[in-house]
Amino acid sequence: MLKAGVRKPDEGTAEPFEKGTTWNMITVTGLSKAYITPYARVQALKNVSLKVETGDIFGVIGFSGAGKSTLIRCFNRLEEPDEGTIVIAGNNVTSMNQNQLRLARRKIGMIFQQFNLFDSRTVFQNVSFPLEVAGYSRNKIRQRVGEIIELVGLTEKAKAYPSQLSGGQKQRVGIARALANDPDVLLSDEATSALDPQTTYSILELLQDLNRKLNLTIVLITHELDVLKYICNNMAVLERGEIVERGTVKKLFLNPESDTARRFIGITESFHNHTVYREGEGI
Amino acid sequence: MNSDLLPLLLQGTGETLYMILLATVASLVIGLPLGVILVVTEKGHIMESSQLNKVLGTIINIVRSFPQIILIVVLLPLARLIVGTSLGSTAAIVPLAIGSAPFLARVIESSLKEVENGKVEAAQAVGARPIEVIGKVLIPEALPSLIRGTTLAIIAITGFTAIAGAIGAGGLGSLAIRFGYMRYRDDVMYSTVIILIVMIQGVQLGGELLAKRIDKRRHKLG
Ligand SMILES: Nc1ncnc2c1ncn2[C@@H]1O[C@H](COP(=O)(O)OP(=O)(O)O)[C@@H](O)[C@H]1O
Ligand SMILES: [Mg+2]
Repeated sequence: MLKAGVRKPDEGTAEPFEKGTTWNMITVTGLSKAYITPYARVQALKNVSLKVETGDIFGVIGFSGAGKSTLIRCFNRLEEPDEGTIVIAGNNVTSMNQNQLRLARRKIGMIFQQFNLFDSRTVFQNVSFPLEVAGYSRNKIRQRVGEIIELVGLTEKAKAYPSQLSGGQKQRVGIARALANDPDVLLSDEATSALDPQTTYSILELLQDLNRKLNLTIVLITHELDVLKYICNNMAVLERGEIVERGTVKKLFLNPESDTARRFIGITESFHNHTVYREGEGI
Repeated sequence: MNSDLLPLLLQGTGETLYMILLATVASLVIGLPLGVILVVTEKGHIMESSQLNKVLGTIINIVRSFPQIILIVVLLPLARLIVGTSLGSTAAIVPLAIGSAPFLARVIESSLKEVENGKVEAAQAVGARPIEVIGKVLIPEALPSLIRGTTLAIIAITGFTAIAGAIGAGGLGSLAIRFGYMRYRDDVMYSTVIILIVMIQGVQLGGELLAKRIDKRRHKLG
């Protein structure tokens, strides 16, 4: 296990969570969301409450369809919640009008499984997009983009188009674009799920590095236990739109309480055994 | 070969090019915003409004269901209002533009719909306003497809000008009817057909080259 590179506020006091929102970058209370389709009503989130400390790397894990994407997309209101409140960096995101929301979104970066880069723009131009939108001067943009693509290790690819990059490089561009406006929070929706294991680790390492260097709070959702194990400190397990378990990642392994958590650990172990077995066979 | 052939063809070609050019510009001015609005007012898009979407869609379908020749006759009085005359090539531009804009709007709509929703969301997620999503993401991302679609519309407009010509708008269509058909001038008939074929090939080739060039720049290796 890797050590948590995060400042833990009030460590040693009895109830750090009860000390108000000062140290919580994100506070979600009673969040519910249903999708209404012509055929059915899908309750994607049911009364979800959680807190993410400032500077934490927080993981939400769950099987496919559990509501993970819905949850994280409510944070920047790409999905509109039906009920509940979301407070990020002291601002109530759920009560904002469109103008306030646009300003708040500059401080909430997001990265995606499919990268969602702009194919019409070079790496440089992709990263400059949020800065153009925020109305920075040309000079300021050039300087900031330069800094940020160096931070993700893509300086020599500045003039390349996304189609000329590998998956890992694409996600680095996605990260650079998400961080251009120096956000407080980075939301990651299965950002490594389209990548091979090697590349996954290099991206996770980058995220960890950014978390330390910038004291960036990261919320990542994943269906891969390895990802959670690799960089998260605290976690929640989501099942059918409800949080069925929460706490530190360590606790999840040592003392899983929910069936879902046990199933996750079981699946991962049997998967690894299977892999070892197959390697033994020389495949 | 008759000595009047060349001047006739030159004048006809000039008038046809004039109509195509202005009608294309005018139908882009009408059709591009319409196409954009059709896309962004769809359910789940950046400016969702099912009412506006339905109203626009219906108007477009109605205009498109008019036979072109009827549309021209119906719209010529409007031409007098807008360009001051209901005769000749200039007057024809009004019905040509109004008749072609709905087609162009549909072509542009389908091009813009090819842009993955994830890109739109990525733009929204950094705080882009709808106008920025349209101008900096939707249109640039769809550009090669938009050029191909516009090429298609120009070709349709070229055929449309020939019909307009047949009822008095001038241009090659008018030549073919007045000389080729009514006066049995085979030389005029064949020449106009050849010029039209060359024009359409030229537009098609030009559009394709332009679209390819953009595609190539975005996908070059290295
Ligand atoms: N736009 C949508 N319309 C209807 N149902 C949806 C939509 N998005 C998600 N759902 C449903 O909501 C549930 C949760 O989906 P999602 O949040 O994407 O789960 P996860 O990311 O954990 O796989 C699923 O049952 C899914 O089918
Ligand atoms: Mg998902």
